[in-house]
Amino acid sequence: MKALLAKPWIWSFIAALSVWLATIAVTRGASTVGLSQAALTFAAFSVLVGIGQMFVITLGPGNIDLSVPATMTLAGTVTLKYMDGQNGLILQGLGIAIMVGVSVGVLNYALIKALRIPPIIATLSMSFIVQSAAIWTNRGLRIKPPQVLADFTTLTSFGIPNIALIALLISILAWVLLHRTPYGRWIAAIGQSLPAARMAGIAVDGCRFVTYLLCAVLAAICGYLLACFSGGAALNMGTEYLLMSIAVVVIGGTAVAGGDSNVPGIWGASLFMFLVVSMLNTYGLGAGVRLIMTGVIIITVILLASGRKAGAR
Amino acid sequence: MPLSHPSAVLEVANATVRFGEVRALDGVSLAIMPGECIGLVGHNGAGKSTIVAVINGSLSPHQGEIFSDSTRLAPYGIGVARSRGVRCVFQELSLCPNLSIVENTRIMHRNLGGFGWRARVRGIIAASLDAVFPGHGIDVGGPVGALSIAQRQMVEIAMAFSDSGQPPRLVILDEPTSSLDAGLAAQLLAHVRRFVATGGAVILISHMLNEILETASRVVVMKDGKIVAERGAGGFDHAGLVKAMGSAVAHQAAARRSHAATEPVLELSLPKSQPFRACKGEVVGLAGLGGHGQTRMLLAMFDRHSPQWWPRRDPAVTFVAGDRRENGIFDLWSILKNMTVASLGDLSRRGLLQDAAETKRGADWKARIEIRTPDMENPILSLSGGNQQKVLFARALSTRAPVVLMDDPMRGVDVGTKQEVYGMIRAEAEAGRTFVWYSTEMEEMQLCDRVYVFRNGAIVAELVGDAISEQDILRASFEGAAA
Amino acid sequence: MRISTDTLRLAVPVVSLLLLLAGVFYLQPRAMSYTGLNLLFNLAVPIALATIAQMLIMAVNDLDLSMGTFVSFVACVAATYLHDTPLLGAAILLAAIAAYAVMGVIIYLRDLPSIVVTLGMSFVWAGLAVLILPAPGGTAPEWARAAMISKPPLMPMAIVASAVLAVFAHLLIMRSSFGVLIRGVGGNQRSVLRAGWPIVAARAGAYALAATFAVAAGICLVGLTTSADANIALRYTLLSIAGVILGGGEFTGGRISPIGAVIGALTLTLAGSFLSFLRISPDWQIGAQGAILIIVLALRLLLNRLESKGDMA
Repeated sequence: MKALLAKPWIWSFIAALSVWLATIAVTRGASTVGLSQAALTFAAFSVLVGIGQMFVITLGPGNIDLSVPATMTLAGTVTLKYMDGQNGLILQGLGIAIMVGVSVGVLNYALIKALRIPPIIATLSMSFIVQSAAIWTNRGLRIKPPQVLADFTTLTSFGIPNIALIALLISILAWVLLHRTPYGRWIAAIGQSLPAARMAGIAVDGCRFVTYLLCAVLAAICGYLLACFSGGAALNMGTEYLLMSIAVVVIGGTAVAGGDSNVPGIWGASLFMFLVVSMLNTYGLGAGVRLIMTGVIIITVILLASGRKAGAR
Repeated sequence: MPLSHPSAVLEVANATVRFGEVRALDGVSLAIMPGECIGLVGHNGAGKSTIVAVINGSLSPHQGEIFSDSTRLAPYGIGVARSRGVRCVFQELSLCPNLSIVENTRIMHRNLGGFGWRARVRGIIAASLDAVFPGHGIDVGGPVGALSIAQRQMVEIAMAFSDSGQPPRLVILDEPTSSLDAGLAAQLLAHVRRFVATGGAVILISHMLNEILETASRVVVMKDGKIVAERGAGGFDHAGLVKAMGSAVAHQAAARRSHAATEPVLELSLPKSQPFRACKGEVVGLAGLGGHGQTRMLLAMFDRHSPQWWPRRDPAVTFVAGDRRENGIFDLWSILKNMTVASLGDLSRRGLLQDAAETKRGADWKARIEIRTPDMENPILSLSGGNQQKVLFARALSTRAPVVLMDDPMRGVDVGTKQEVYGMIRAEAEAGRTFVWYSTEMEEMQLCDRVYVFRNGAIVAELVGDAISEQDILRASFEGAAA
Repeated sequence: MRISTDTLRLAVPVVSLLLLLAGVFYLQPRAMSYTGLNLLFNLAVPIALATIAQMLIMAVNDLDLSMGTFVSFVACVAATYLHDTPLLGAAILLAAIAAYAVMGVIIYLRDLPSIVVTLGMSFVWAGLAVLILPAPGGTAPEWARAAMISKPPLMPMAIVASAVLAVFAHLLIMRSSFGVLIRGVGGNQRSVLRAGWPIVAARAGAYALAATFAVAAGICLVGLTTSADANIALRYTLLSIAGVILGGGEFTGGRISPIGAVIGALTLTLAGSFLSFLRISPDWQIGAQGAILIIVLALRLLLNRLESKGDMA
């Protein structure tokens, strides 16, 4: 029990569970299954972008990918336009989503490297261009996703939403990558100290490049799935995922200063973030309070996390 | 505690400072009287910079008291020290490069505010520069970023001696001549004598023992955090002073070998400099005063031979950092992870890390270099500085790289650990590894087969075999440009 | 003789402003008049104020990602409380300035990444803005409106105000002791500390001063637009950062230039008009902004290269 409490991710799960209970208490258990399935589905999207963002944040201070929402939107619009509702093109569509992610990732790191600017500024500038590309592709048309794919993203297997299963699979892969491969060690080293990592002979540029690539690809896949789930791509579909992707990483127990990441915590935090919103909705509170709560939660978590670190020293 | 020197400008009584297990200061008492210049000497790590930090208020001792003008100062801090007229010129330059000289002077003197301060400050700093370095030719309105290193040092010294209404009473100069040429150094030392003659006090720290012997009215020798000798001017001659400082390493020089015949494994040419080369199995030293381009060259060599984009199967070079906190250890990790991070490629199969292989590698090296810990899974920060440094050596030596670059790796390491590591380096060199070793410790240079001396970013001298002595290195570091 | 680096730094914004102005006059000769200039630079004043605010944060080596939401929040307060109950409105704005000072202190004391803290605060400001003004509306205080539409002789209000702002900010930040202290903290915090200055107070002061300029930006913006909404100034985050960089400032090292920053803000405002005169498709308007930012950063890099070459020679 003590060992469990020492895990940094346990808190996000405790928080998610208590909010879940608080919500059910109000609805008197009327929509328990529905609420849980919705929570799992929407959390799954946050988890997908959150994992990518987590890899980037692991690289250390200043590393945040702000092009995530634009990438999601572009991937959603381009793939739906390409698939044009035909079931036969689903896999090709996925391939195109991945290509979109790869291109954005390459351009992001090219900017970071070539202009030697903080990644946050580079990815922000890039996100404007990507967003424009999405607007240009979309042209206000709303194309329906292929029926098979739309069904797949909205249905459940064994009572668990398919989307959640996909996110779980990717989470496991991310965990293996992070803890069982040299690459995971290397990015953790870079996040703790870039000069020390370089001096230890780590191919720093290669590692950072792969990380930005990975983040963009995950965002693109998430955009592809989200567009199919919601029955079409919208130009603002990625907007809320910008801050969400950062928030779930920070609340999930990953060190904001880098070097220490945490896959399970992202699940707890994603569930928590969705459940808080639905709880506030249940209590009849509006968007303003929700935003303030999100901000306060992020700052509180950073403060608590920095307190832990200062205590350890 | 009774006051032994009622008229002292500043007196430190029985000060003790510990960094982890290392006693940086061990019950040091020092009284600085008006009108005297104290020459403070000792090897790196003897406690000189620690006593300076205590005197200027940036470090409060774990034990001990500080007096000034026969009153006890408690609490003591930077603000109190400055109000008592204590000024300090640090070894590493500490100006704000984005500000002008006038603005930097304003930062240094808190009391100079008010309308029209620019004109006042300009007058003060210009007067001080003229007084210390007549004919300096520096425009005090210009930005610091545009100045050469020597000019920055001149500005910093002039700032310390400047009178802003709070006259300087005790000026601490830490290696003030390291970037100055002979003429400017002479101007400075002349000003120190004038300042002392008018009742000011100076603490002068320098590796140039001649400067100490010529300028100081009292010489204080430190070793291992204690004052081991203290005599008036004329009480020491050069040899006596060297002897009093003691020698950390003495007798291993005999192990030197000549490698003139073997193929060089590493070569580099620097602009306006003698070429650099290192041969298989050779220990090459990089000497000279700190910050004269040695680290920059090590980094350049490392960058040239280490991968940036794609990990290499067979690393060509490996690096042992001296500044552990900055670019050595990974704080959040265990000892084991810290040790194996440079050789993860060797410890994985089909892309996955092999725990068993990693644990075994850790156990091997723990036994081999005696890392003092019950468990390699403990956090790296649980180790003492010396043992952390051993982990960094293990990290480098456990790679298959044929060349090891070392950037002043013995900073803040205790004597016992140093001896163990010296032995390891020698043994690895015998086995065919090449070491390139930058150190500010003269004794460590004497362990090298060959030494390059740096000045102002260039190699100015190459010393081989018996020519590697403290005097020769110092002569080359200061007069290399002329030689 | 070498041109001083400061002059060279100021050259880039001045030259780009003149080039853009020439381009606009070439495309639209009618712009060369009092009313034309007034239209072109209409929105420049609030952007210039926000740029100065961002510059103060960047002077102490931090970055404020909540600038846009904060200015929006101020605009909402100005259009409601400041108009209806001026005393309460002023008290709210003073409290917001104090909140900025506290934020600066916390970032320094707990050694937190300013990017993440300000990101969290951006939620809070956005939430407060939504609470105050759930739908676009409100009325600008008459005095703010009057100040913004006044027509001084010879030059339009926007240009006169920008010039006054540039001179005022220059005196405050480049000539005063307080300005020296702030820039010293950015240049070499350790040496400022060694001289016995309280760093906490300096940082709190920098943040509070930045908030003051941002408050002025929000009020000016409302004066121009007559009403407010919660998303009115979201793009100010990017514009302010770009303006500082374009004006010769750097992300670290306390190298800033208030005059350059104001010119940078004018250039960016003009770039918007220039793009519309070029008849760039509205799809690519956002993308063009991103591209301009990238070009600006590339120019800066080029200039830095030239500078360091000059130093070596």
